Amino acid sequence: METAPRPGRDVPLKKDKLQAKRKKTRRYWEEETAHTAAGASPGPPRKKKRNGEHRLQKPKNTLISKKSRISKKPQVPKKTQERKKPEPQRSLSGAQDPFPGPAPVPVEVARKFCRIDKSQKLTRLKSKTRSKLEVAEAEEEETSVKAARSQLLLAEEPGFLEGEDGEDTAKIRQADIVEAVDIASAAKHFDLNLRQFGPYRLNYSRTGRHMAFGGRRGHVATLDWVTKKLMCEINVMEAVQDIRFLHSETLLAVAQNRWLHIYDNQGIELHCIRRCDRVTRLEFLPFHFLLATASETGFLTYLDVSVGKIVAALNARAGRLSVMAQNPYNAVIHLGHGNGTVSLWSPAVKEPLAKILCHRGGVRALAVDSTGTYMATSGLDHQLKIFDLRGTFQPLSARTLPQGAGHLAFSQRGLLAAGMGDVVNIWAGQGKASPPSLEKSYLTHRLSGHVHGLQFCPFEDVLGVGHSGGITSMLVPGAAEPNFDGLESNPYRSRKQRQEWEVKALLDKVPAELICLDPRALAAVDVITLEQEKKERIERLGYDPEAKAAFQPKPKQKGRSSTASLVKRKRKVMDKEHRDKVKQNIEQQQKQQKQEKAKPKGSRPSALDRFVRARLQGG
Amino acid sequence: MKVKMLSRNPDNYVRETKLDLQRVPRNYDPTLHPFEVPREYVRALNATKLERVFAKPFLASLDGHRDGVNCLAKHPKSLATVLSGACDGEVRIWNLTKRKCIRTIQAHEGFVRGICTRFCGTSFFTVGDDKTVKQWKMDGPGCGEEEEPLHTILGKTVYTGIDHHWKDPAFATCGQQVDIWDEQRTNPICSMTWGYDSISSVKFNPIETFLLGSCASDRNIVLYDMRQATPLKKVILDMRTNTICWNPMEAFIFTAANEDYNLYTFDMRALDTPLMVHMDHVSAVLDVDYSPTGKEFVSASFDKSIRIFPIDRSRSREVYHTKRMQHVICVKWTSDSKYIMCGSDEMNIRLWKANASEKLGVLTSREKAAKDYNQKLKEKFQYHPHIKRIARHRHLPKSIYSQIQEQRIMKEARRRKELNRRKHSKPGSVPIVSEKKKHVVAVVK
Repeated sequence: METAPRPGRDVPLKKDKLQAKRKKTRRYWEEETAHTAAGASPGPPRKKKRNGEHRLQKPKNTLISKKSRISKKPQVPKKTQERKKPEPQRSLSGAQDPFPGPAPVPVEVARKFCRIDKSQKLTRLKSKTRSKLEVAEAEEEETSVKAARSQLLLAEEPGFLEGEDGEDTAKIRQADIVEAVDIASAAKHFDLNLRQFGPYRLNYSRTGRHMAFGGRRGHVATLDWVTKKLMCEINVMEAVQDIRFLHSETLLAVAQNRWLHIYDNQGIELHCIRRCDRVTRLEFLPFHFLLATASETGFLTYLDVSVGKIVAALNARAGRLSVMAQNPYNAVIHLGHGNGTVSLWSPAVKEPLAKILCHRGGVRALAVDSTGTYMATSGLDHQLKIFDLRGTFQPLSARTLPQGAGHLAFSQRGLLAAGMGDVVNIWAGQGKASPPSLEKSYLTHRLSGHVHGLQFCPFEDVLGVGHSGGITSMLVPGAAEPNFDGLESNPYRSRKQRQEWEVKALLDKVPAELICLDPRALAAVDVITLEQEKKERIERLGYDPEAKAAFQPKPKQKGRSSTASLVKRKRKVMDKEHRDKVKQNIEQQQKQQKQEKAKPKGSRPSALDRFVRARLQGG
Repeated sequence: MKVKMLSRNPDNYVRETKLDLQRVPRNYDPTLHPFEVPREYVRALNATKLERVFAKPFLASLDGHRDGVNCLAKHPKSLATVLSGACDGEVRIWNLTKRKCIRTIQAHEGFVRGICTRFCGTSFFTVGDDKTVKQWKMDGPGCGEEEEPLHTILGKTVYTGIDHHWKDPAFATCGQQVDIWDEQRTNPICSMTWGYDSISSVKFNPIETFLLGSCASDRNIVLYDMRQATPLKKVILDMRTNTICWNPMEAFIFTAANEDYNLYTFDMRALDTPLMVHMDHVSAVLDVDYSPTGKEFVSASFDKSIRIFPIDRSRSREVYHTKRMQHVICVKWTSDSKYIMCGSDEMNIRLWKANASEKLGVLTSREKAAKDYNQKLKEKFQYHPHIKRIARHRHLPKSIYSQIQEQRIMKEARRRKELNRRKHSKPGSVPIVSEKKKHVVAVVK
């Protein structure tokens, strides 16, 4: 018995050291040792025989451990002990949850994922439908909360560039940024000196991994710009107007002087599409597999690249088309015209969906941001304007630039780049879903030639600029979405993954007829058709099957359901219904009067008032 | 100057070895997933099309009977065992997994009118045209023994149907009256009649086990309580009801298969209006059976087809037919809710899938996830006209198709006539009678 305690005394000393070392990660039994005095067996198996020794050791044990803790952080143990006391709930193992209950979710984040618009309530629902909708709404809320919670798992943080106390970020040169950042990022800044083949247009693939560029004098090349591996380089011996990757980096559409050509990633010409001639601009709608081409002849042509058919050829009736952009949110094509209007097109409709008068001169460039909320336009009047695309099509902000921007591009996080002569200017907004503020520019860069094409690289903080001196890859911290979705567009995908994705994407190809201003309209209730059908049904049947039946008094006990009392009861119900109706009518009238009063009375009706409605409609 | 560039370490995004799975980081931000609704719509459309492509419900035909199959019974304990009685008095026991007949008994002279199993699964009862009720052992006779019934009861009149109590050793037969028997006795415990017509079927309620329902050829459905000597109440319909079936999940609900091509789901507490009138058959409905979930039932008809109805829909969700199947006399939904059996005039028992496009066998977890996802999508977009059209499309034999057209014209004419009558008579004198109320003549207590 005497020999036993000695090693026993040594052991706790060692343990104390260990405890002191790994203070932060505690085992589930450790906190019990702190609480219980001696008797309770603390976690790791010990023999009960030694209870006597335990009593002696324990106080020492706790003392030493306290000392060791105090030496490092004096107040921590006290606090933890105090905090533990009011929490009675413990699991079987004795462990306790330091963060009880579900994790809190910030409301704004959850709102981002919410798909149901709760402001619009459907009235006059049947109880069955209402209960179904309620269940759906509850489910929706739960999923949005879950999706918001899953944001914790996102691995990357967006980049940023901040000047130190009053330093203007626009003054920071590319060379400074390159010096400050890590090697991998610094390698993303490069210049390709290609003075020979004239101004370049360029395009990044959807994953942001590949870059294609085409020069005015026929030079076409694609490369994996991250590894700088050249995939193909050809000369098409014809002026290249525009260049665009199709759904993946294996196919490449090149608008040449006469016709539209499609090449594969080895530079082999696959198709020459003569139905699309004199094409000036190309846009690819990846979810519809449509290649939209704007031509000098004034036609907007949609080519379905999955089957090779022309879906629609729309005559814009506005002369030469040379300004085009797509809205990534709803796949509507925006065309800029020489008379200062921007028209919105869908292949399903022969006429423009909307026309917006943007500038006094012609429209030189336009771009739409990734959420489909803002459109930036620049015109011959040297103005740069940002429009709200949610319904009103009103300008939010405008700015006059000394030269006027010839090229515009939005980044994934809402940065706006403009190419003016040989200068690239970038503006940033407050957050991701806010419009860029045009007062102060975020970055500027002067190039060795005039800008001819601009695009932000998806998922990389890089802006690609094609100019008359070649290609420049600029570093723009905070431009790109940091966390990509592996099933949607994965920059690191293997060949097999790409093929798999291609099959899936083709299966999910959205028909061209579904392109409209609001892509969620397909999930909304089609009220017009519903009412129409109801009306037809009533006409056919000769009565309304869903109408509320007239009140029929129930027969009551003997003696009480005399004819007079029945009539009385009926009368009562009818009167009440009548009163309710009158009340409602009065309330409505009062509301209308209030609204009319609330309207500011113009001093005098103007002759121009009759155009007010027309302007609202036409935008 | 403070600067941070987005710089990913490829090691976090690329798999380490070729044996690993590929890494797929997810980000559920809606801006990275544009066109959510149109893409889901397209997926739903594809799923609906695939459902129709894979809709191959017919599994097997069990042949061996030498006359039309008149009645079917499920084994209460074994999913694979089915019993069938034919019009030549032969009873066969089938093994569904092997799709073979494992036992044949010449049970009666003339038709086997009814067959039912005991709740324990050790024996079964048959009634036939030879005025007998016979109890048989489920297991075959040993070597050298003769095939003999355990008990035989000789009655005075022909029995047309039989059903066993769900918990007690008692059974009920019907013919000219409803008789309740104790298994140990040769005389009925009690006999109940209401009117003088022959009763075609009798069914015990599976939940409130003392309740029975029967239907007779004088167009009525009568409800009984075993503990009382007299019937509870009856409802008289337009035409004769062939059989009824109780909902196994809701004690009050039963469905009646009627001669007027319709099925009626009643709540036994309020018989004056059926809960639902199920219309789609174009000839008399001969048999009906509920799925064990109580959400759907299957009906067999004289028009050579069987249909599956959800209990809350008036139109069927599915119709099964083959070229060779003749008038379907009896139908059963198996106890695992996955299959349907039907016995028809041309001596065959057919086995169908309850869900026509379902994949049989074990599903991997990914298959299951894909199936669930597609199911949800189909539900979400089921009302879109294009998807609805594809989901509803069924090929029908010419006879049924033309019958449907004809009946539609007839119905339309009747409706028009009523409309005209209402138009040209005093307002209120031609009342609007709903489809549900039209077919109930009277309720008697």
